[in-house]
Amino acid sequence: MKKAFPILAALTAIFLAYAFYQAMFVAPTDALQGDVYRIIYYHVPSAWTAFLLFFVNFVASVQYLARAKASTQRAANWVVIVIGLVAAIAPFIPPVKQQLPVGLYPSSVATTGVMIAAMYFLVGRYFPGEALDVLAVTTAEVGVVFCTIVLVTGPIWARPVWGIWWAPGDIRLTSTLVLWLIYVSYLVLRRFSDGAQTPKLAAVLAIFGALDVPLVYFSIWFFRTQHPQPVIGGGGSMDPRMLHVLLISWMAFLCFGFLVCWCRYRLEVLQREVAEAEAMESLSERGTGAVAPKRSLPLSGVPR
Amino acid sequence: VRSFWSVTLATLAKDIRLEWRSKDALNAMLFFSLLVVVIFVFSFDPLAEESRHIVGGLVWVAFLFAAVVALNQTWARELRNQVLDAYRVSPASANSLFVAKVLGNFLLVTLLEGLMAPLFVVFYNLRVLGPAWQLIPVGLLGTWALVVNGTFFAAMSLRTRSRELMLPLLLFPISIPAVLGMVAATTAILTGDNPAHFYIVLLLTYDVVFTTACIGLFGTVLQAE
Repeated sequence: MKKAFPILAALTAIFLAYAFYQAMFVAPTDALQGDVYRIIYYHVPSAWTAFLLFFVNFVASVQYLARAKASTQRAANWVVIVIGLVAAIAPFIPPVKQQLPVGLYPSSVATTGVMIAAMYFLVGRYFPGEALDVLAVTTAEVGVVFCTIVLVTGPIWARPVWGIWWAPGDIRLTSTLVLWLIYVSYLVLRRFSDGAQTPKLAAVLAIFGALDVPLVYFSIWFFRTQHPQPVIGGGGSMDPRMLHVLLISWMAFLCFGFLVCWCRYRLEVLQREVAEAEAMESLSERGTGAVAPKRSLPLSGVPR
Repeated sequence: VRSFWSVTLATLAKDIRLEWRSKDALNAMLFFSLLVVVIFVFSFDPLAEESRHIVGGLVWVAFLFAAVVALNQTWARELRNQVLDAYRVSPASANSLFVAKVLGNFLLVTLLEGLMAPLFVVFYNLRVLGPAWQLIPVGLLGTWALVVNGTFFAAMSLRTRSRELMLPLLLFPISIPAVLGMVAATTAILTGDNPAHFYIVLLLTYDVVFTTACIGLFGTVLQAE
């Protein structure tokens, strides 16, 4: 695994460079916005990567809490299986099918649902014990970085296009900002609490955050139905050539995000091993019974 | 079930008795929110028409800050003489302790709001244009939303360094939809421009979701070691 890292790093660098070339020179200029729109190739992929990472953090947190007791774990497994089954079947039932927004195929909804359920089990399978908590730290930190990129690039684009830096009543802006705030408070909690209780408290906070985001969304939705505002962003379908570049850019960002997560994961594992070795050393007699830290590799090795 | 409520009521009665004798939290909260109100009055000097639009925000910001003062003291009392550790090893349900603390804080903050609301009316020359009775459900639901999460996060920040600082940092981001609902509902009722039903439903949803989550997860937080 360790050898794969520099190879992946080189590939990611090439991929990012290619995506940059595509975004700056190949993608057509927007008819209305001109070249300003090209920031979308950094804004949107960052947003998708950040949301994906926050979702992995949520899954890891649920797994971590569910694992505390065998009965809760069994219950959680069944709940996830039922969610996966409902998501796989429901979109094809005619009354539900009609409710789907235009352009959203039942099969894509079903695939997403099944993938979410599968992710829950894969995360549980490959990250036993404390590794789940390491995964949660990693995804939260990297997710906050990507989310910050989103919140910075957004206003830079909005100023020339909308004429304002920030639209306070917009659903997406506000819910992204609140998500960012929640995860910053998550990181603050991790920093300020010490000892063995940190993972549990952090996991609980992650679940509160996940419950909060839909409510933020709804609250702004009510707000907007009360006070109509200009519809911002989205509007209309995208030129296929632009979409093509956007997807390439997202792939590059995903590789980059994965790479950064890998580094951070390995660092966290090593830090914990050092802390553990130091604790063991101070317990045992100096010089005689010092325990050598176990060597472990990221993604294959697992901290105790 | 009977023992659940007997433990809850005993804890609640103990807390009320302690608060009645010392009046620490209530006095601190009252004076604190009085200061907030006075500072707001100096900062904004609005006409009656304008004040209807901004008082909703000011009222709830004042109550939010004052509630944090009370919430920070909720669990501090139980740390002395290892009361909380004793509770942890006792067979009593963790949730009965939580419910008692939430009810105690709810009574305290509601009392504060009842005392402070007339001050806002006096300082800002308020006259409600919408259906004024709706302020009661908005106030009760909003207070519950602040207090239930606040009590939970106060228990959580008990485990951290500089815990007094941690509570607002954890509580405020999660409370954003509730605060938005309270402020929008209060403004809608004060100005009478639009009905507040949406926001009341939003607050109700928020309360149900987070009360369930708190009761489901409080045991984990109390026992986290």
